[in-house]
Amino acid sequence: MSDQIILQLKGISKQFPGVKALDNVSLDVRKGEVHVLLGENGAGKSTLMKILSGVYKKDSGKIFLDGKEVEINSVNDAENLGIGIIHQEFNLLPHRDIAQNIFLGKEPTKRGPLGVKVLDKATMYSKCNELLKTVGIDLDSRILVKDLGIAQKQMVEIAKALSLANLKILIMDEPTATLTKGEIDKLFSIIRKYKSMGISIIYISHRMEEIQVIGDRVTVLRDGKYIGTVPVKETPPSELIRMMVGREITNLYKRDYNEPGPEALKVCNLSSRGKFKDVNFSVRRGEIVGFYGLVGAGRTEVAKAIFGEDKYDAGEILINGKKVKHHMPSQAVQNKMGLLPEDRRDEGLITKMLLKQNVVQASLRKVFPKGILNNKVESQIATKYITKLNIATPDENVVVASLSGGNQQKVVLAKWLLTDSEVLIFDEPTRGIDVGAKAEIYELMNDLAKSGKAIMMISSDLPEVIGLSDRIYVMYQGKIVAEFSHENASQERIVNFAIGRGDTL
Amino acid sequence: MKHNAIRFLLKYARFMILIILLIALSLLSPAFLTFTNIANVLGQASLLIIVSYGMTLAIVTKGIDLSIGSVLALSSCIAASIIKSQSIILGIIIGLLIGLLCGSINGIMITKIGLTPFIATYGMDWIARGLAYVYMGGTQIYGFDKAFRFFGSGQIMGIPVLVFEVIFITVVLCFLTYKTTYGRNIYATGSNIKATRLAGVNTDRMVISVFALNGLLAAIAGLLYISRLNAAEALIGTDFTLNSIAATLIGGTPFGGGEGGVARTVMGAIIMTLLINGMNLLEISSYWQTATVGFVILLSLFIENTSKNFLV
Repeated sequence: MSDQIILQLKGISKQFPGVKALDNVSLDVRKGEVHVLLGENGAGKSTLMKILSGVYKKDSGKIFLDGKEVEINSVNDAENLGIGIIHQEFNLLPHRDIAQNIFLGKEPTKRGPLGVKVLDKATMYSKCNELLKTVGIDLDSRILVKDLGIAQKQMVEIAKALSLANLKILIMDEPTATLTKGEIDKLFSIIRKYKSMGISIIYISHRMEEIQVIGDRVTVLRDGKYIGTVPVKETPPSELIRMMVGREITNLYKRDYNEPGPEALKVCNLSSRGKFKDVNFSVRRGEIVGFYGLVGAGRTEVAKAIFGEDKYDAGEILINGKKVKHHMPSQAVQNKMGLLPEDRRDEGLITKMLLKQNVVQASLRKVFPKGILNNKVESQIATKYITKLNIATPDENVVVASLSGGNQQKVVLAKWLLTDSEVLIFDEPTRGIDVGAKAEIYELMNDLAKSGKAIMMISSDLPEVIGLSDRIYVMYQGKIVAEFSHENASQERIVNFAIGRGDTL
Repeated sequence: MKHNAIRFLLKYARFMILIILLIALSLLSPAFLTFTNIANVLGQASLLIIVSYGMTLAIVTKGIDLSIGSVLALSSCIAASIIKSQSIILGIIIGLLIGLLCGSINGIMITKIGLTPFIATYGMDWIARGLAYVYMGGTQIYGFDKAFRFFGSGQIMGIPVLVFEVIFITVVLCFLTYKTTYGRNIYATGSNIKATRLAGVNTDRMVISVFALNGLLAAIAGLLYISRLNAAEALIGTDFTLNSIAATLIGGTPFGGGEGGVARTVMGAIIMTLLINGMNLLEISSYWQTATVGFVILLSLFIENTSKNFLV
């Protein structure tokens, strides 16, 4: 890393209807550094990066690249200047293969018959394989994107950004949100490699421990305003959090461990071919039971089978000691189960509908036993939960798509609280959620456990699993390979089991 | 202020098109604003409105029903023969049951077998039409009892009975879709079937019931149609499927699912019927009439998109 400044943003402002998303924000990035952009959701990080990558147009301010002022009016402009971005949401075509996605719009061509330019497939696939190798993924470039797991899709996005010929600046918007420890390590070694080649990386993340590992300098934004830029090495996390939220969060994981009650959920020898095998576990009332494992270890699949969304071949499920078999989720809901799915936007919410409509969606029969809707009742219930869960929203009549990730998750939670579910499955409850909202969700989960709910929590965030769980199950290749109590849980041992190395220290 | 005015205009665009059509037609054609013509328009619109309700519900669940016209034909042909040979009541009941059955089969093919609504109902379209041909064997049934004819061609105080029947169906469907938990679940299913299922709604049951309701509405329309025509044959109702898609789109129910609804479709069906009636009165060739409907569909979708962009 040198002190040479390659990119400078000066006094950038952006107004959206009703909100000032960015207010006179500045940022300078040095050549070959990892510059972390930190801030809560809605702080303006993504807006700033979308301006830099040509997705949005700035209202005012200037951008200098290599000391020269540049105008970025489109994604093409940004790419020509050597600015690549990996978005938080995937921009991949599911029905095309990896190579076609990576070279979309810049496919290699060759002279064909009659001198016409034709697609040079051989070059495309060989170049793509090479690229995948540098990124460190062992995948065939002819695999269709829809057949990839989330982490693999993420890797393809990264490869796509790295395929820019004259890459100078790479923007990564929460690249690790969906990755496991091993994959994160792989990603970091790629970042270090590109860094040593003089490429600067603007890295958006909420995860403190990552910032310490990979970041050089941090710029903090809050409410669309520039708060400050500090070197990572000399700034303790608590200081960064204070800059970010404007207040201090002393203990992120608050947990009152109580004597758990009777078994609410018991799973015996549950198996589903190719997904998981002989899964045995139980969750007692008042417990939060964590499930850790790599992406694809079978945790979500087990949850979906229990909930009746997926089929299973063998095994038994008991709720409150009673044998149940769920052929569809509606039966699970009748048995007082609730699922907060991994993919909030597509599976947890009906984003086109209003907040209040989402809150009552799972309880229509309970709230309106006669089958006739009542707007006033619906609003009252939603308002109650907005206050109870501290959902940041103008009112209950907004479309949920307009809420931030943390608030959307609270709406999903409100939906299940209203059903009076006794067994709740949280699948990646805080993925992509900023630290302030995270702390609130943890507190809510703690309260739920205290009130006697049984909680099964699937998470790839190890500190979260350790900080919140009464007990932890580790899954590897479809099997439960270890169980820890919260007293004897250690990061190293859990990770070792999760990557299939067993208890070899 | 200016923004709000544009919003208002776009929101009520269809209502205004209707008013403009009414004024223009009464100025252009002296025959338009006569009692018989208005009664005629309302009668024509009624049947289109009923089948379009079914189409609208299918589209709200993010599907489509291409079998409406054939189900209408099959159910009314079988009903017609029973009405002639046995009794009116039995004929009506069997006709309605056949509609329900065809619709339910559509729904089951979509949910349990996993066919797309387009394919499932397209297949049903051929099957139902074919069975109607087989059943009728090229013959026609005509000359129904006066009591049966009353439903489709009777009048009360000079107003076609059809109008009252449509108002009744409209009130029932508006209540069902906008005011009940069942209706809410139809919209939820159309917006995001996975999230709705994971919220504990039996979405299979929702889809099957919507298509069953569709079949029932097609059968009702078929019975009223043969009652109005005083005849039944296998090839009736071929236009209804595509016309009901047109009425739904003109009314403002988009293909994306979870939006729009039956209240909008009334407007769409009336605009379409008026347009065709007006062009008939003005002696515009039927070739141009067809093209005009196309223009109006595109215009209304343009309005739809523009207003969405403004409302963001």
